[in-house]
Amino acid sequence: MANYYNDNPNLQFYLDHPLMKRIVELKERNFADKDTYDYAPVDYEDAMENYRRVLDITGDITANIIEPNSESVDLEGPHLENGRMIYASKTVENLDACTKGGLWGVSMPRRYGGLNLPITVFSMLSEMVASADAGFQNIWSLQSCIDTLYEFGNEEQRMKYIPRVCAGETMSMDLTEPDAGSDLQSVMLKATYSEKDGCYLLNGVKRFITNGDSDIHLVLARSEEGTKDGRGLSMFIYDKRQGGVNVRHIEHKLGIHGSPTCELTYKNAKAELCGETRLGLIKYVMALMNSARLGIAAQSVGLGQEAYNEALKYANERQQFHKKIIEFPAVYDMLSRMKAKIDAGRSLLYQTARYVDIYKCLEDIQRERPLTPEERAECKKYSRLADAFTPLAKGMNSEYANQNAYDAISIHGGSGFIMEYKCQRGLRGLETFAEHGAHPRGTLRAEHQLRQGRQQPGGSGLLGPPSLRHDWRHHDVAAHPR
Amino acid sequence: MTKPLKIVVLAKQVPDTRNVGKDAMTPEGTVNRAALPAIFNPEDLNALEQALRLKEQIQGSTVGVLTMGPPRAGEIIRQGLFRGADTGWLLTDRLFAGADTLATSYALATAIKKIGDVDIVIGGRQAIDGDTAQVGPQVAQKLGLNQVTYAEEILKIENNIATIRRHIDGGVETVEVPLPCVITVNGSAAPCRPCNAKLVMKYKYAMCPLEVDANSECGMRNVELSKTRPYLTLNQWSVADVDGDPNQCGLSGSPTKVKTVQNIVFQAKESKTLTASDADVEGLIKELLEEKIIG
Repeated sequence: MANYYNDNPNLQFYLDHPLMKRIVELKERNFADKDTYDYAPVDYEDAMENYRRVLDITGDITANIIEPNSESVDLEGPHLENGRMIYASKTVENLDACTKGGLWGVSMPRRYGGLNLPITVFSMLSEMVASADAGFQNIWSLQSCIDTLYEFGNEEQRMKYIPRVCAGETMSMDLTEPDAGSDLQSVMLKATYSEKDGCYLLNGVKRFITNGDSDIHLVLARSEEGTKDGRGLSMFIYDKRQGGVNVRHIEHKLGIHGSPTCELTYKNAKAELCGETRLGLIKYVMALMNSARLGIAAQSVGLGQEAYNEALKYANERQQFHKKIIEFPAVYDMLSRMKAKIDAGRSLLYQTARYVDIYKCLEDIQRERPLTPEERAECKKYSRLADAFTPLAKGMNSEYANQNAYDAISIHGGSGFIMEYKCQRGLRGLETFAEHGAHPRGTLRAEHQLRQGRQQPGGSGLLGPPSLRHDWRHHDVAAHPR
Repeated sequence: MTKPLKIVVLAKQVPDTRNVGKDAMTPEGTVNRAALPAIFNPEDLNALEQALRLKEQIQGSTVGVLTMGPPRAGEIIRQGLFRGADTGWLLTDRLFAGADTLATSYALATAIKKIGDVDIVIGGRQAIDGDTAQVGPQVAQKLGLNQVTYAEEILKIENNIATIRRHIDGGVETVEVPLPCVITVNGSAAPCRPCNAKLVMKYKYAMCPLEVDANSECGMRNVELSKTRPYLTLNQWSVADVDGDPNQCGLSGSPTKVKTVQNIVFQAKESKTLTASDADVEGLIKELLEEKIIG
């Protein structure tokens, strides 16, 4: 039976990286959970076996449920009914399969019902889901919003929301507004504290919200009246069970039809403050966007791989001039470039994910106890590396994926333009990356502006803010302990 | 409120005959099991799904997987646990070996009696290796229970009565049956759910005692971890454990004797070309009726 994990030895290769030992050590805190949870690992090998098993389950679900459903999802798409977004019928089937498979809240600690998986493994799952259906991957991977709630919410909020996400409730991040796209400092959605209700009330409009009718929303809103920039914005948690937010419109997009892009109206929607006021954009959304960037990198690798697979299959089947077209230099040259881009991009993706894992784990340990000076240094080192590598991984991989999707169409020749072939869906799915603000130019512009506001003036480049450039350039990647 | 159900799923480990290669048969004409991967019989997975749905609907219900086979068939119990079953039993004993459908149903019925107080016994319509569809009905007969075959969906269970939709020729039929009963499930039923991540992590080293190879990584893990995690030791029953009569088990309890096994290859010797005209189509129908191919 087809399996996106077992059929792809590359993933196994990256999973076996020596740095995983340190990641498991930090993530599992000396395997402290083993006596409390029957599914917790007892040692490093056991943890790795757990990762392989989850990858195997996801490989099965993606290859045998999500991929076969993807064409129907693309054709049907979601629709609007009385202010609610209704998923395509096969999307519901996909969500159910992920719930039965236990593939929600995968990065969350076990005490909230999570699987406690490293971000490296989560990115591998993400890559496979994207290969199967990029639109569904959008919905599925938004579960990583819970990382932000876990990081900045209080314990009461964690206890309330994380178990629900682990049980399969979906999430969204409500940032963009009609007049605030890449320029999130212009967000206008109003949050006012109501003494009567004992909570904040949200009023306004959000637009282009992926999975906008989700169960649990993270909302960026202006809590400080009279402010005009990012420092007046706070982050809120809106629970759909409270009511007050309706879907006004679902966008008709070129691709990723399965992923509903919604326009939302907030009318006195009750919401909880997440973290502190005024830090919504400058701290929390920055964290949110960093994890979203890694998600886009994983999605890109998955789509690039799928484009390559389709192109390779076609080149081996199609005969012209009495031979398979793969035997023509122009075609096999193109295929080998596609493969090289996937391999290089994937290598960058998982290198980045490992860096993120190490510093995030250390930051999490810091919530329980003070770090030792060595750990503090380690955290700082990997945090800087992650900052430098994350935009690289996203920027390069989304470019590569676009190129691969285009090349896959070229290899299909005229057939590539026919809707019956799958490669056109890959191309349509990818072009929408521009919409996500995921295009390298979009990333740079937004980061540039934010960091100008936060740090010293001066440009920001693909290598991160100027203060980090020096470190990165002098860091000998080749000599890095592996 | 409906009382909690005790459900036993009958499942078989079978060679995957759906993707048969050239080496699927030995020169002696028997199935070359080494060349075919061992899988969970597909329709038994449909049955497992129906059982797990009942467990979700009726609180407190339990699902156990009962299988017979060599020690490696412990994999069937693990696959059941990975998807949400609570327990399982492997009938394994040299005395069970070589069983035809009669001896198999005897062994299963004896085990079900031993399990006791079972409300629903549910299995696939048939296994893809033997294709007999006899075991389910024979188990019902031996236990004196009502049976519903070709089930597609268990619609509801109320007042100890199950309402079941059956797949029949040319349509469907909805029937009611009092519990306890035996149900065999058709391949057109809902596919089985995927394995669950937490359950796989929990049970991945679960084994039957006879399955444990202390030299393998998995076996060592089982030995080491089952000391503190008793659920890693799966139930394993011999003929004596289920109080079975050895004469009714395995080869000695099997009246079926295989005379020969032939590998049939269909080869078209002559062909006919028909047009889409009414006369040609009518002629073809008449011919097929005469040959008793349709009718």
